[in-house]
Amino acid sequence: MSDLLKYDLLGASKAIKAKEISSVEITNAYIEAIENTSSLGAYLELVKDKALEMAKASDENISKGKFRPLEGLPIGIKDMFCTKDIKTTASSKILDNFYPTYESTVTQNLWNDGAVMLGKLSCDEFAMGSSNETAAKGNVINPWLKIKKMSPGGSSGGSAAAVAARSALAATGTDTGGSIRQPAAFCGITGLKPTYGRCSRWGIVAFSSSLDQAGPLTRTVSDAALMLNSMASYDKKDSTSANLAMPDLMSYLGNSIKGKKIGIPKEYTQDGISDDIVKFYQKSIDWLKEAGSEIVPVSLPHTKYALPVYYIIAPAEASSNLARYDGVRFGERKEASSLDKMYEITRGEGFGDEVKRRIMIGTYVLSSGYYDAYYLKAQKVRRLIKEDFENGFKKVDFILTPSTPTTAFELGKKQDPLTMYLNDIFTVPASLAGLPGISLPVGLDQSGLPIGIQLIANAFDEAGLISTAHVLEKSANFNFIADGAAK
Amino acid sequence: MSNKKSIVDIPTVNKIARLSRLDIPENSKQSLANDLNNILGFVANLDEVDTSNVEPLASVTGHKLPLRSDIVTDGNIENLVLKNAPESSSGFFVVPKVID
Repeated sequence: MSDLLKYDLLGASKAIKAKEISSVEITNAYIEAIENTSSLGAYLELVKDKALEMAKASDENISKGKFRPLEGLPIGIKDMFCTKDIKTTASSKILDNFYPTYESTVTQNLWNDGAVMLGKLSCDEFAMGSSNETAAKGNVINPWLKIKKMSPGGSSGGSAAAVAARSALAATGTDTGGSIRQPAAFCGITGLKPTYGRCSRWGIVAFSSSLDQAGPLTRTVSDAALMLNSMASYDKKDSTSANLAMPDLMSYLGNSIKGKKIGIPKEYTQDGISDDIVKFYQKSIDWLKEAGSEIVPVSLPHTKYALPVYYIIAPAEASSNLARYDGVRFGERKEASSLDKMYEITRGEGFGDEVKRRIMIGTYVLSSGYYDAYYLKAQKVRRLIKEDFENGFKKVDFILTPSTPTTAFELGKKQDPLTMYLNDIFTVPASLAGLPGISLPVGLDQSGLPIGIQLIANAFDEAGLISTAHVLEKSANFNFIADGAAK
Repeated sequence: MSNKKSIVDIPTVNKIARLSRLDIPENSKQSLANDLNNILGFVANLDEVDTSNVEPLASVTGHKLPLRSDIVTDGNIENLVLKNAPESSSGFFVVPKVID
């Protein structure tokens, strides 16, 4: 492996600041790594010239004695973020020719802080999926096992695969029901979903607006802190943006968790969870105990209703959000004799099967006669799920759970939509409650695939989440590299 | 409440597809109906939960939506707004003829 690829985000930042390496050097190393790992299919679009131009600008800045928090660091962007004049498709055929004329707030924040853009990363179509297989341009391959083609998870599968394959120093993701945490777990990296409202949704392709939240996918907890520091901001252009200053997350690294209470929800131990994950869940509990925290059993009684609530609310919001793809203002259009036919054929051919399924479910549960029975009911149970967490956080500071019930599965093996939905069983509850969660790798299973553990914090306590995850990361000492990583 | 729920059949698929403005090929309607029934069956356990005194939750952080001044903010960017349109003419989006 090129020595330049060995740096993590924080390490690279220090090396660039100390002028041991230049941004152009490390950016070139990543461009080469992207080319060498192109068979994974993580990138939809590589913007080599732009990357080198940004890297040069960073090097010039440094030579003038200026240094921004992400100065010169090459990162990848999930294709859900609108990037000005750079093709943005949300992995959908219907947006195949869409070039945004504006930049999303989150990516603009990253560029303002000096980050260098490598390209756009594949994801499930409109972020709807848990395996990256619903992407119009085909699935992404998990870099961990060379002998079998495993799923990188989803929907931020390209982001997770790229970070694990050392073809991006870090990446952005979006998480609606687990789309950052689940692929991070499958690919042996760290993924953080902030509190709803922390990162502006402006310029992010909308899927389910009451749940969508952007966050970082990185190699380490420190890297996640560094990225999120820049990504998060109050934004007037997003009416759900939280006007609440976030503390400098970097200053919470290395804090002790002595006396902190870690909740273990009894509802998260269930049939169908793999033995290796149970084992590492127990180990993680032990590690946190050894670090001085107190382990407290908690109950979140409405957990089993989280997936049903999610699969009503998310499709309902999606059916409304995706109404904008009408073949008139942007995106693909199929010609037809009448306006209605044009809408139907454009959308019928432009959307993939999973997206159509969700639009149909969403339309059904919002339709006259069913609204109260499904949508309103789901919104009520959502409140009960949120109250479960509120009660839990009266007793504990953080909640520890597995990130996923199994490690990565083989591509093409889960055809049934419901089996696929079960992947998100441990990540969806925190999404419904709007709470921040982080998945970090703690070990490998018997086939050599990474295992992720999730920590959930109270709303707006990303700082505490970072401190605790950092302690767990140290104990787990996960230092394996994916088989298929760039050499 | 369960009496308000029904099984999704082909006519229901047609109705929902029409409301969704989705062209669904004939030969995939039955499998779509099956998928929708499976998903609706999966969410049916919500019926067990007593929600008689529960308010629906729409905003998760209890955040109050801010108001902005009622002023025009169109930005004078007509060309940018039309830039991604499949068809435009004289500053307008063009759609198939709707009136004969």
